[in-house]
Amino acid sequence: MLARAITHALVGLEARRVEVEAHLQRGVPAFAIVGLPDKACQEAKERVRSGIASAELEWPLRRITVNLAPAGLRKEGSGYDLPIALAVLAASQQIPPERLAEHAAVGELALDGRVRPVPGIIVAAEAARRAGLVRLLCPHESAPEAALAGVEPVPLRHLAEAGAYLRGRFQPDAVEPAKSVANGGGLDLADVRGQERARRALEIVAAGRHNVLLAGPPGTGKTMLSRRLPGILPPLTLDQALEATRIHSVAGVLPAGRPLVDRPPFRAPHHTASAASVVGGGPGPRPGEVSLAHHGVLLLDEMPEFHRPVLEALRQPLEDGVVSIARVAGQALFPARFVLVGTMNLCPCGARGDPAVECTCTPQKLAAYGGKLSRALVDRFDLVVHMPRPRGVELDMRPGEASRVVRARVVPAAQQLGRKRPRLAADARALLTRAVDTLPLSARGRARVARVAATVAALAAEEEIAPAHVAEALSYRAPRELVS
Amino acid sequence: MTYASVTRRRGYPPLLAELHDPPARLYLRGGPPEILALPAVAVVGARSCSPYGAQVARELAQALAAAGVVVVSGLARGVDAEAHRGALAAGGLTIAVLGCGIDRDYPRAHAELARRIAQDGLVVSEYPPGVEPSPWRFPARNRIIAGLARATVVVEARERSGALITADFALELGRDVFATPGEITSALSAGTNDLLRQGATPLLSPEDILETLGLEAAPQTLPDGLSPKARAVLERLSDGARTLDELVRATEMDSAGAAAVLTELELAGLIAVADGVYRRATGRGPPKAVRS
Repeated sequence: MLARAITHALVGLEARRVEVEAHLQRGVPAFAIVGLPDKACQEAKERVRSGIASAELEWPLRRITVNLAPAGLRKEGSGYDLPIALAVLAASQQIPPERLAEHAAVGELALDGRVRPVPGIIVAAEAARRAGLVRLLCPHESAPEAALAGVEPVPLRHLAEAGAYLRGRFQPDAVEPAKSVANGGGLDLADVRGQERARRALEIVAAGRHNVLLAGPPGTGKTMLSRRLPGILPPLTLDQALEATRIHSVAGVLPAGRPLVDRPPFRAPHHTASAASVVGGGPGPRPGEVSLAHHGVLLLDEMPEFHRPVLEALRQPLEDGVVSIARVAGQALFPARFVLVGTMNLCPCGARGDPAVECTCTPQKLAAYGGKLSRALVDRFDLVVHMPRPRGVELDMRPGEASRVVRARVVPAAQQLGRKRPRLAADARALLTRAVDTLPLSARGRARVARVAATVAALAAEEEIAPAHVAEALSYRAPRELVS
Repeated sequence: MTYASVTRRRGYPPLLAELHDPPARLYLRGGPPEILALPAVAVVGARSCSPYGAQVARELAQALAAAGVVVVSGLARGVDAEAHRGALAAGGLTIAVLGCGIDRDYPRAHAELARRIAQDGLVVSEYPPGVEPSPWRFPARNRIIAGLARATVVVEARERSGALITADFALELGRDVFATPGEITSALSAGTNDLLRQGATPLLSPEDILETLGLEAAPQTLPDGLSPKARAVLERLSDGARTLDELVRATEMDSAGAAAVLTELELAGLIAVADGVYRRATGRGPPKAVRS
């Protein structure tokens, strides 16, 4: 007896159709899975056997062979449990095989037969829809996520429900897809007192999607400010939200109960993170932090503490907005367009720039610290903002502007930049040229300043970049210590 | 590769000969040996200098170089390097005296700086190629720095800084020693403040030293189009260094406006910025409004 279930294998952000064939033969009872299953997939045997027993269905005492076709594609993870179980049940005539063939299926089984969520449901659902399979048997928790892809999810809590549904004796709940993006929410800029300069810089960063390096002694609010950047970014469009959701789903980091990534994501990997975890990688490539931050913010706190290879690996995504990971089996492309926020102290001990304590760093240590960020990487930061230690009076001040107010300025500016970038007026160009002659400013630095000046002009709703805009932009240039 | 050199018999700078143990031979890298005979001032100080020290060294060297004075220093990190950079920025000549073989760049990170110095100026050493840097050679190197210069300026020095050794050599030679006053609470100024107590001349502006040498400062023109806001900011900075946030609160400008004004002042050479803290540039007295 032979039966088939349809499921999908994840390859990067793509899903490939996989047919799960179950064949029952006479002979000594046995159970084998072939077709390049990885360890997790191989172990499906035990979960499927227990799951079927727990669902009070019958485990066929036959020689069972399950083939995952195409056999040459690596199958990873536990999402094959449900389709394998269903194929076995169909092959032993416990559910109608022709009904099963109208569905795609994905999900992990618990030993007691419950259906558990797995990563990448939205991607699998989209592939199913493209192949004309509109109904997807999936874990109950993942049903809203599957619904985003435009399929009709069949939410399952238990393998027994799957059996009953396919026999026509159970009608699962209808699922409504979440189709709107949120506006705001999260941490508010009003919590930040003082730090007018850094707040202003953050506004420019949000409007122009510039990368920014915040430098200052510990405890001046560098991290606190960065965490509030997503809240003033323009809200995501639905397409952007879906794109981010795909990445988060494949990485398995979608929070339960929030199927759609509806706000600009914020990621802050720790400085001990490996290059593979930051830019993506692994045998079946998984998206890294840079891709999880797609359309949002990537914060690298204490940037010079990151391993050098990690920082250097950031250069491709910063340049191209995409990470390509080559594997023997092919290439995976992960989008990675994010605003990079780096923070650093002014010296290894952290005391520099703080009038209250004396820095104990030796000149060698100081030079080594600055040297940890390569010139090429520093070149990716359009703005460098020093954050001095706020004095007591500053902390007693009233709360700052709320994120809502700032965002109301950011959104039109971002729209203007998208339509038509402001051009340099003649006198502004002259000022820029004078700055290149007077200050240590490279040609690349000049281009960065011009970019920031365009954003400043857009925030002022001007069509042309005035000298004042260039002058402000110049004040965010990288200091000599970092570029020489 | 062979290096040019001057010996006691040929091309030796007369000022250097006044040392009681002048080096027999001085190896040279870079420009013509005649540079050694030009009027020179040594600018030396702490390797781990503060932003204040770095700024003073740079601006002082810049003003000296602009007035045609050769700036002598030791290629070390901190004040030394800033002095060399300041002189280069003014398009002037500068001499770096090494404490190792003439073919070495020490510290290695300053190899590029040494190359720029040698383009028009000089890198010199009493040691032949191949001599490794070692701690005891640096005090000996300092006697050459003092010997080549008509006057020595110490910009920031801790209590037992090598720069004080240079000052001692200069005193022995009967040359002028200047020190920049620093905060009495800062360990980085302990050495310079002690020099002042012992009778060194306080250096308050580059003119102080140019007067001693009988030279005139390169004319500096105050930009006439300085906005009222810029004047207000300049006045604030005369009371001491300020961050942008502090200026914003003191002047009722917004952050964007203050940033623009500060850039205007920086381009005019009236202020300098380090680590997010803005200071008035050295070399000019306080603005009139405060002086009265």
